[in-house]
Amino acid sequence: MKNFTYHSAKDSKEATKLSSSNSAFLAGGMTTIPSMKLGLASYKDIIDIKGIKKLSGIKVSGKSVTIGAITKHAEVANSKEIKKAIPSLADLAEGIGDPAVRNRGTIGGSIANNDPAADYPSACIALNATIHTNSRKIEATKFFSGMFETTLKKGELIEAVEFQIPNKSSYQKHPNPASRYAVVGVYVAKNKNDVNVAVTGAKSCVYKDENLSKALSKNFSVSAVDGVKVSSSGMNTDIHASADYRASLVATYAKKAIEAC
Amino acid sequence: MASLVGSRVERKEDKKFLTGKGRYTADITLAHQTHAVFVRSPHARAQIKKVDTSKAEKASGVVAIFTGKDLADDKIGGLIAGWKIVSEDGTDMKVPAHPALATESVNYVGDHVAVVIGETLADAKNAADMVKVDYKVLKAVVDTESAMDSEAIYKDIPKNLCYDWLLGDRAKTKEAFDSADKIIKIDLRNNRLIPNAMEPRASLGDYNSSTEEITLYTANQNPHLTRLVISAFNAVAPEHKFRVVAPDVGGGFGSKIYPYAEDVVIAWAAKKVERPVKWVAERTESFLSDCHGRDHVTHAELAVKSDGTVVGLKVDTIANLGGYASLFATVTPTYLYGPLVLGLYNIPAAYCNVKAVYTNTAPVDAYRGAGRPEATYMIERLMSKAAMELGMDQAEFRRKNFIKQFPHQQALVHNIDSGNYDAHLDKALEIADYKGFANRKSESESKGKLRGIGFSTYIEACGIAPSAAVMSLGAGVGLWESAEVRFNPTGNVTVFTGAHSHGQGHDTVFAQIVGDKLGVPLENVEVVHGDTDKGPFGMGTYGSRSLAVGGTAIDKACDKIIAKGKRVAAKMLEASESDVDFKDGEFVVAKSNKKKTIGEIAFACYLPGQYGEVKSPLPEGDEPGLKETAFYDPINFSFPAGTHICEVEIDPETGHTKLDKYTAVDDFGTIMNPMIVEGQVHGGVAQGVGQALYENAHYDETGQLITASYMDYTMPRADNFPELKIDYTCTPATSNPLGAKGCGEAGAIAAPPAVMNAVVDAIGTDISMPATAEKVWKACKDSKKSNSKAA
Repeated sequence: MKNFTYHSAKDSKEATKLSSSNSAFLAGGMTTIPSMKLGLASYKDIIDIKGIKKLSGIKVSGKSVTIGAITKHAEVANSKEIKKAIPSLADLAEGIGDPAVRNRGTIGGSIANNDPAADYPSACIALNATIHTNSRKIEATKFFSGMFETTLKKGELIEAVEFQIPNKSSYQKHPNPASRYAVVGVYVAKNKNDVNVAVTGAKSCVYKDENLSKALSKNFSVSAVDGVKVSSSGMNTDIHASADYRASLVATYAKKAIEAC
Repeated sequence: MASLVGSRVERKEDKKFLTGKGRYTADITLAHQTHAVFVRSPHARAQIKKVDTSKAEKASGVVAIFTGKDLADDKIGGLIAGWKIVSEDGTDMKVPAHPALATESVNYVGDHVAVVIGETLADAKNAADMVKVDYKVLKAVVDTESAMDSEAIYKDIPKNLCYDWLLGDRAKTKEAFDSADKIIKIDLRNNRLIPNAMEPRASLGDYNSSTEEITLYTANQNPHLTRLVISAFNAVAPEHKFRVVAPDVGGGFGSKIYPYAEDVVIAWAAKKVERPVKWVAERTESFLSDCHGRDHVTHAELAVKSDGTVVGLKVDTIANLGGYASLFATVTPTYLYGPLVLGLYNIPAAYCNVKAVYTNTAPVDAYRGAGRPEATYMIERLMSKAAMELGMDQAEFRRKNFIKQFPHQQALVHNIDSGNYDAHLDKALEIADYKGFANRKSESESKGKLRGIGFSTYIEACGIAPSAAVMSLGAGVGLWESAEVRFNPTGNVTVFTGAHSHGQGHDTVFAQIVGDKLGVPLENVEVVHGDTDKGPFGMGTYGSRSLAVGGTAIDKACDKIIAKGKRVAAKMLEASESDVDFKDGEFVVAKSNKKKTIGEIAFACYLPGQYGEVKSPLPEGDEPGLKETAFYDPINFSFPAGTHICEVEIDPETGHTKLDKYTAVDDFGTIMNPMIVEGQVHGGVAQGVGQALYENAHYDETGQLITASYMDYTMPRADNFPELKIDYTCTPATSNPLGAKGCGEAGAIAAPPAVMNAVVDAIGTDISMPATAEKVWKACKDSKKSNSKAA
């Protein structure tokens, strides 16, 4: 690991001020720190945002659940309010990594990193989330822009993620047997005005499966999935799963999600 | 007195492990210690044109940088292959030079090129990045099956062939095949595994310039052998000036049997820089450079009569040795494999041909079971396939071919002393509720799931020793074991064993043996191992040998203690030696109330003469002290056997295989501590299931290890398992007085075929290990397609 300067920011403003083209915000550090240790990433400045109290916490209103950026996965998984409002979101958090990861990793860190196999991005898409940053609000569909890429600007800091409470929803994933990241994860949400089927793990970036979403909007049932052919085009192939297998898993896990709704 | 042997005595060593008080090599910090980082090859195969350390040497905190040239200048020898194998045509095996730091070429990703020694680990790492190695990258040979058709890695080793070995009789086997009604054929791949001991390898070298002694602390399974090899072959230091300490070691599974390049370099470097040098592997280094296991490609054929009698077996195997021949690499796929291909069946004619090949991958050596899992996987998959093709019941087809009379001389090498295979099969069938399988299968089918049952009736050869036998087969050392039992003057006992515990529980089991034998409370017995400066020369721990061989050595040393004790007691009690009996820690004169405790005798032995009222003269000719040494070399291997039955439920939509039921009934001979044996079975089965369903070392075509971290290499986890149903039968071993057969490897040997036979039974087609979800999904999909076509 190369040497760097460590800063602990007291608020978002200071964090932004400290940031530069050669800095990184440190939330849970579940990706940043291993990348630095392996020599895959190095920064001049590490700006720790874990001390910014305002970024932590869970707020539930009648329509939405708002989770502070540095709220840990374990807090989401164990939140009684979230279990009540959006149980699938608590389930998702409970299935991330292992206890050590869940006790350090944060929702803001997860979506800012936008790992193609991360769980949270699918929730953002399925639940029509809004990403609150220190300067604006971004619709989830306009936030995830590519593999490990988002539309966040340099120095822009996620403060919270606001999820719309669906009528019903479920997240089902086929975990990588080694890492337990999603080989394929399918988040199905029946919202007030639409049905969203968000898929993670299958392609280079989380996406909304338009065909499945449309079919389920008309007929929210397992049989509706059978009528949709999930194409393997653009899907990842690696030692754990071929594109064809992933395509098949998308349909299979969409069904599992509908059954679990 | 209640017997300690056979009872569930809690492990003496667990307190330190569970409270973090273990002392592993990485925990040891010496004054003025430096830190080493190895510069490793990023290429699978390349010529080294130049190693430029000039920039790195100027980096801050660098103490020294050494390359292969420095080792060569100091006449430090290379790593050796310790077991000579002779090919079928009478020629000796071919072994490439294996310098501890590469000089001319690198032959796998992770091969050692230079060592950087720094004041701190960060200094060493930083400088290691600055070592510039100019490589001419060559096309790597990676695949086991095609290695013989690929370009030769070493110019004097044509076809990359180390040896082409034959065990058995081709002509007699052909006759058997000619007489058969049916030939069953199978093609198998035994996947390459990475051992993944919890504690990564580590070495700490320390040199004392005044005494010229080197001490090497290392995570190792047999410190004496490591000292011998590094002394005799690498010429780092003479044995009497070289101490090897293997302190607490966190798992070995075979991967820590042998001295590695790092051990040689660290011991030598400590002398060069005259400061302690410490190296601790990072996990990725473990993945890349620990010796891997298995990696066979096999074609086998079984000749059977229509009534189900097996009459012959042919086995042709290609075994991948990796880039070099590691210490026991050459024997693992030959004498630890070939004799076991017959399983526990009466097969009158057989041969086993093994071609061992070099490839540009990490060296492959002994890994839990070493050869026996490969043999068992082959014969048990083949037996299941034969039963299926003959339309016979899996259990009854096996039973029909079991060896029934003991001792039994097999067609290949082994003379099996004892066993009762019907007994463990029957018990396992009952525990597994074999009769209820059909109902469970239809229940699964009603949920859209597939259910399969798999058998593995296995045998293994343990208690690895008989020196005369192994040396006649090419071993470079005899494999006896030693023990010293030392009574201290105050009546407690210190036991020195040449075996090494790295999780097995020797401190407890050996103390149980001594406690019972000498009538001393368990807490008054301390077991010492892992230090060449303590206790006699020993051969270490591998091949499920510690109890059968090491335990027996302790038992024999206790016999000598008792014999001396009787002489001393007779003298003190003024009785004839033949009238003195020893029982429950007391020497008693027959038909009298005269007795002495063994503690009193020990005291007397250390204080011979008269002191006040205490009179304790030693018998004439007996020396003071009460300490005895025994070296034990058994007459034969021991042969644990058993029946494992596995039941899986498969979701054809996802390919997910759920291990639903697992039954293990093993015959380990006499069991000393059932709790420890259960632990060994649990661990072994977990590793075997890991091989069958999850684990696979995956190299890409350029020789890069893709599964070099836990992000990609799948270890089995607790939530992959149902509660294992474990039971035992017992036919004591006749080759050692304890009757012990060994239990350390059985699970890893028995489980892979049990699981895979269950998977194949469920999906109806053959697939290779590991049976990953995708492979199973694809097999289900393809068989559905072909079924619908057929319809």
